[in-house]
Amino acid sequence: MSSSGPFVRYQNVQKSYDGETLVVKNLNLDIAKGEFVTMLGPSGSGKTTCLMMLAGFETATHGDIMLDGNPINNIPPHKRGIGMVFQNYALFPHMTVNENLAFPLSVRKIGQAETEEKVRRALDMVQMGQFGDRRPGQLSGGQQQRVALARALVFEPELVLMDEPLGALDKQLREHMQYEIKHIHESLGVTVVYVTHDQSEALTMSNRIAVFDDGIIQQLAEPVTLYEKPENSFVAQFIGENNKLNGTVGAITKGVTTVDLGEHGKIKATAVNVSKGDKTTLSLRPERIQFSSKKPAASKPSLPAKVLELIYLGDHIRCRLNVAGNEEFIVKVPNSSLSSDLKPGVKGHVSWNTEDCRALDFAG
Amino acid sequence: MSNVDQSAPLMTQDGVPLKVSLRRSQRRTKFRALMLVVPLLAFITISFIVPIASLFTRSVDDQLVNDVFPLTFEAMKDWDGQAVPDEAIFAAMFMDLKNADKIEVGRVSTRMNYEKSGWKSLIKKTTRMMKKIKSPPYKEQMIDIHDRWDDVEYWQSLTAMKDPYTFGYYLNSVDLKYGFNKSIEAQPETRQVYILLWKRTLLVSLLVTVFCLVLGYPVAHLLATLPLSKSNLLMICVLIPFWTSLLVRIVSWMVMLQQEGVVNDALVALGLPDEWRLPMMYNFTGTLIVMTQILLPFMILPIYSVMKTIPPSYMRAAQNLGATPTMAFLRVYMPQTLPGIGAGSILVFIVAIGYYITPELVGGKDGRLIGNFIAFHMQNTLNWGLAAAMGVVLLIGILILYWLYDKVVGIDNMKMG
Repeated sequence: MSSSGPFVRYQNVQKSYDGETLVVKNLNLDIAKGEFVTMLGPSGSGKTTCLMMLAGFETATHGDIMLDGNPINNIPPHKRGIGMVFQNYALFPHMTVNENLAFPLSVRKIGQAETEEKVRRALDMVQMGQFGDRRPGQLSGGQQQRVALARALVFEPELVLMDEPLGALDKQLREHMQYEIKHIHESLGVTVVYVTHDQSEALTMSNRIAVFDDGIIQQLAEPVTLYEKPENSFVAQFIGENNKLNGTVGAITKGVTTVDLGEHGKIKATAVNVSKGDKTTLSLRPERIQFSSKKPAASKPSLPAKVLELIYLGDHIRCRLNVAGNEEFIVKVPNSSLSSDLKPGVKGHVSWNTEDCRALDFAG
Repeated sequence: MSNVDQSAPLMTQDGVPLKVSLRRSQRRTKFRALMLVVPLLAFITISFIVPIASLFTRSVDDQLVNDVFPLTFEAMKDWDGQAVPDEAIFAAMFMDLKNADKIEVGRVSTRMNYEKSGWKSLIKKTTRMMKKIKSPPYKEQMIDIHDRWDDVEYWQSLTAMKDPYTFGYYLNSVDLKYGFNKSIEAQPETRQVYILLWKRTLLVSLLVTVFCLVLGYPVAHLLATLPLSKSNLLMICVLIPFWTSLLVRIVSWMVMLQQEGVVNDALVALGLPDEWRLPMMYNFTGTLIVMTQILLPFMILPIYSVMKTIPPSYMRAAQNLGATPTMAFLRVYMPQTLPGIGAGSILVFIVAIGYYITPELVGGKDGRLIGNFIAFHMQNTLNWGLAAAMGVVLLIGILILYWLYDKVVGIDNMKMG
């Protein structure tokens, strides 16, 4: 995207609060101009700390952060020109919506006519044009969130940070706002760094996702790659659902290995981050598995299975089976006429393609 | 359940109008609530409203003089006030003194002495020597007993006390008094103290409020923003003086600030010449310093509790939007603390304006306030009428200031957190 180097660069960044434990351990991340990057991870994984370091509210104990090629470690937050949307919106309660939006412009000494113009434009962009004279306390959560977004964009920053801004909204509103933010990002071309713990949100909105755990980026990739080809067990677990089977890795030929599942037999799988002899956890996405009462073709890996429970979810049926000792083996069966032979107690086989079964590091 | 007819009022199923039904069902709850409040209401009425009502009546009451001198006042109705009265009035005075109850005479003479100094000894001597007068004419004989009976000013001062109710005490509290026949005139210059006192009290209260605000605001901010362990320690530092006995604190200030006290000794040890020891105790300065320290927690705690509700993300948001830390503080943080500032200020001001103990002990000559003089009249001169009048003036003054505060700031804007 950008020819002159990344727009945001974290270089060997480390952060510790107490001098003993590292909250962020050796972060290296490049973000291109105009990209939408999400930092995804569970609570305490260090993602918000990384965002705060970029915003200037925390300082890295080690390493550099560059913005457009310039190190910003020593620049105070009010001089960085970065827009930010906080988790609790942080709309100033003693000012109206218009005054809230005019604040960053008045601080930059922009004239009144130009201020009014920019404020109006920003509010229209989030469809809050007629709420200009209200106070934040008179707005609903979704409206406040949109005003906060408008305020972060009104002074046309080149970089916008968002710290779990949709956390306080209900499901429908959240999904609606995800699309809105994505569209605003596309129409403005602004670089966005987004923090969330909700993986479906990350998958919907981002160009690339950095999955955080314990202060390290576990995998940095586009949503498709992250979902279809997770590089380790944590990512496989965190993004989407997956079924786990434990075993030992055998010889590896051209990326394919035969995994010994103990008493349940052997099965072929794609080796990802394991070597011969390692213990492994196999990862299988529920929607890539077929269940059939007849034995499948010998070319496809398969295992015997017994149906334990069926849960009807409208557009698909969640089928819980016992496969190789795992009683939480889930298969998502599309709701069609072919699913009528599924009943609890039915025995059959589950099968999949070799590349859909990934042998990852052992996850217990 | 109910018939929804847009034109007729809503009815419940048994035909009773909805509003009536609602009222009935709420009556029990309201009655119970009222019963819970009645003890407090009774307590407030008895311990608060009744004394204040009695304060009002006492500040205007002048019944005693009328009770003791009915004949005199009757006789003096047409007196022109120019020259010493004639025999008829003296006769009436003699009769009244003769008929009066001994204790009442003592009390009335004290009261009349407030009006004009000298009445007490005049009446005392007259009642003692009265038995020598056996028959009229009374005028000469009474003047013989005491020549003050010949002083027209004393008779004139009597006319100021002729009504059962008087505003004389109120006049006194603002350095005015009644002259002949209840005309209003200024007190002689040597007796004018109260207007100065009111001004001084107001000034001290304002200054103490401002000092408490300037000193207390940063402390409240630290309390609200420091991490828990440090802010707990700081809170203890604020509260322990608050819980220490008031007198102990005042006496420690005396030790610190007096001429031969700790501060002055330290300054002299650092090189200050002995004659230049700072007079900081038993004067205006002493009152200011000690009252500020005593009233600081009243300012710190309301501001702290408001600051505690302001999340730190506001300051961060303001800075992120481009404001320097100073700008962010002035435009975003401080306006949100205004309710706390208002609450703290009015609390400190109203407590300071009626303050008694501190100015009494450390005020010396020029640091004493109106409260001290109210106490003085209650305990020493026993001029309860004047004390009551001054109390009422203070109360009304505070109510006016409170009303002004409401107009300017708004009571609804006051928050305690």
